[in-house]
Amino acid sequence: MNATLLECRGLTMKFGGVVALNELDLDIRQGEVLGLLGPNGSGKTTFFNVVTGIYAASAGSIRCEGRDISKLTPQQISRTGITRTFQRSRLCLELSVFDNIAIGDHQNLNNGLWFNLIRRADLEKQIRDTFDRARALAKTFSPTLSERMLQPAGSVTMIDRRRIEICRALISRPKLLLLDEPSAGMTHEETRELMDDIMMVRERIPGLTVVIIEHEMNVIERITDRCVVLNYGRRLCEGTYREIASNADVQEAYLGQS
Amino acid sequence: MTMTKNNGANLLATVTGIALMTVFSIFALHAENETSLLILLAVGAAGVFVAYKSGFVARAGQGLQAHRHVGDLCIVSAFAAMVLVFRNDHFALLQLATVLLYCVVCIGLNLQIGYCGVMNFAGAAFFGVGAYTAAVLSTHTQLPHLLVLLAGGFAAALIGSVLLLPVLRTRGHYAALVTIAFGTLFRSFLEVNDTLGGPQGLKVPGMQILGWELSEGITVFGMSFSFYVNYVILAFVLLAGVFILTRRIKRSWLGLSLDAVRIDETAASTFGIHIVRWKITAFIIGNLFAGIAGAFFAMMTSFVAPANFTFGDSLILLSIIVLGGIGNLWGILPAAAIVLLLPEKLQAIQEYRFLLYAGAVILILLFRPQGMFPRRLRTLIPGLGTLK
Repeated sequence: MNATLLECRGLTMKFGGVVALNELDLDIRQGEVLGLLGPNGSGKTTFFNVVTGIYAASAGSIRCEGRDISKLTPQQISRTGITRTFQRSRLCLELSVFDNIAIGDHQNLNNGLWFNLIRRADLEKQIRDTFDRARALAKTFSPTLSERMLQPAGSVTMIDRRRIEICRALISRPKLLLLDEPSAGMTHEETRELMDDIMMVRERIPGLTVVIIEHEMNVIERITDRCVVLNYGRRLCEGTYREIASNADVQEAYLGQS
Repeated sequence: MTMTKNNGANLLATVTGIALMTVFSIFALHAENETSLLILLAVGAAGVFVAYKSGFVARAGQGLQAHRHVGDLCIVSAFAAMVLVFRNDHFALLQLATVLLYCVVCIGLNLQIGYCGVMNFAGAAFFGVGAYTAAVLSTHTQLPHLLVLLAGGFAAALIGSVLLLPVLRTRGHYAALVTIAFGTLFRSFLEVNDTLGGPQGLKVPGMQILGWELSEGITVFGMSFSFYVNYVILAFVLLAGVFILTRRIKRSWLGLSLDAVRIDETAASTFGIHIVRWKITAFIIGNLFAGIAGAFFAMMTSFVAPANFTFGDSLILLSIIVLGGIGNLWGILPAAAIVLLLPEKLQAIQEYRFLLYAGAVILILLFRPQGMFPRRLRTLIPGLGTLK
């Protein structure tokens, strides 16, 4: 079995009286694709928000390769190599496709005043390098997208917007990629294409660990190594897709008591 | 072949466009009575409409992008032509310099509001901080006047930093309220402060740079020039510098980070962008510009008074950037010219000018929310991605 990349112990997130995560214990292993399942409101997205530092956990710990990251800011966490996409697209639609992808590489771009205002030749070189990398990355997903790098992100199709989000998350070469329901708002055909993309990412970036929140069960079946089902902020069960699909507790949580 | 032909046509459109606008501005500034100005405005509006519909504006824009140096040269020549025409007209030159200085402040506001999304309803107050700093320093110290200009900018940036804490801890409307409160406070402070002249204000000595007395007329080749020509030229240089600096910010990672902060703070912070750092940067640089312009204004008009730096003036600055197109640097110039000069020329509407500004802003927001000249996509490097 692979080493643990992310280790959560007793993770709790309370919003007033609502307990979104309730003493959750969860391990994410190096290099796996983990499906995060559960009914609406079971705490999946909250888990992503806590891991990326958008919310500060009420209690518990998160260790990334042994280092406690539960008290870090979102900026510090992005530097440890954890990136994500959002359930509702959070692209900058009025900026170009390239601008959007480059935002994801912020930690590797020189944002010093002197560098940007005076050392224009060095800046130009960095811009060209970043542009080439961003375009090559976009091209692995969609050749048409790679030709629209300088068009507004709002002018490309929904599936290409999702791909921009994935490129934005991948360009900084993260260790852990969190995908929050990538198929939301997609047609069946688009969902299938997007899953091909995610499979391809896995092949191209061998060490990458992926956690995916998804409601489409055939997606989960196809791409995940392992699944964890949440309910009321707790871990209901875990195992391969086949194991959890036949689990009586899971069926009850999804379909209600019968 | 068609490529080069188009290229030439675009360039011609750019040059003609700038020339026509210059001639129009000269006539408008010259117009003696209201009837002739109204006729001129009607002709201008019709001209702009035809130019848009016939694709002339688009062509001129492409020409400007393809031949940036030609565009720069045209603008400098247009400016020189205006200075020559009005060489002895004090009032027209003063108005011209005022428009240029307001453009400097508006570029600062654009950096704050248009790029970073930090609301600032106290533009005139920061302008005033610079003006009063210049008044005090040039009266009571021997500091060289170039440094007085800078000191005005630094004073505005410094006082602005005091506001940072409340501005950063609040968001959106609340941050705007903090700046409104500051603007009002600043004016009341000036009015009750006897050391700073109270409501009557202070006199300011004219500017003197490296032995060059700006408040004296000059004669070149037998042509006499009003002393305001000095100020107009220097204001133009200041505006050009601020413009180039801000364009560099826009066309770099700095501009990208500022945009990311404005559009989505949460997403930006997940990618490592420090929201606070960028808001501070934008707020300080923007106020620095406003302060420098204010110091310049004080030494040019040789007089400062609280009535020049009211909340109403801050709103005028905001309406300029809304009309011009939030985030667009070029749009500021025509918008400032319209907002500042029209009421001066049309005495009949002087009384109602705030009503007119409000009306214009509402119309723009209803029908063209991106402003007269919407902001374009960022070009980090011209021709990026097309070379291969």
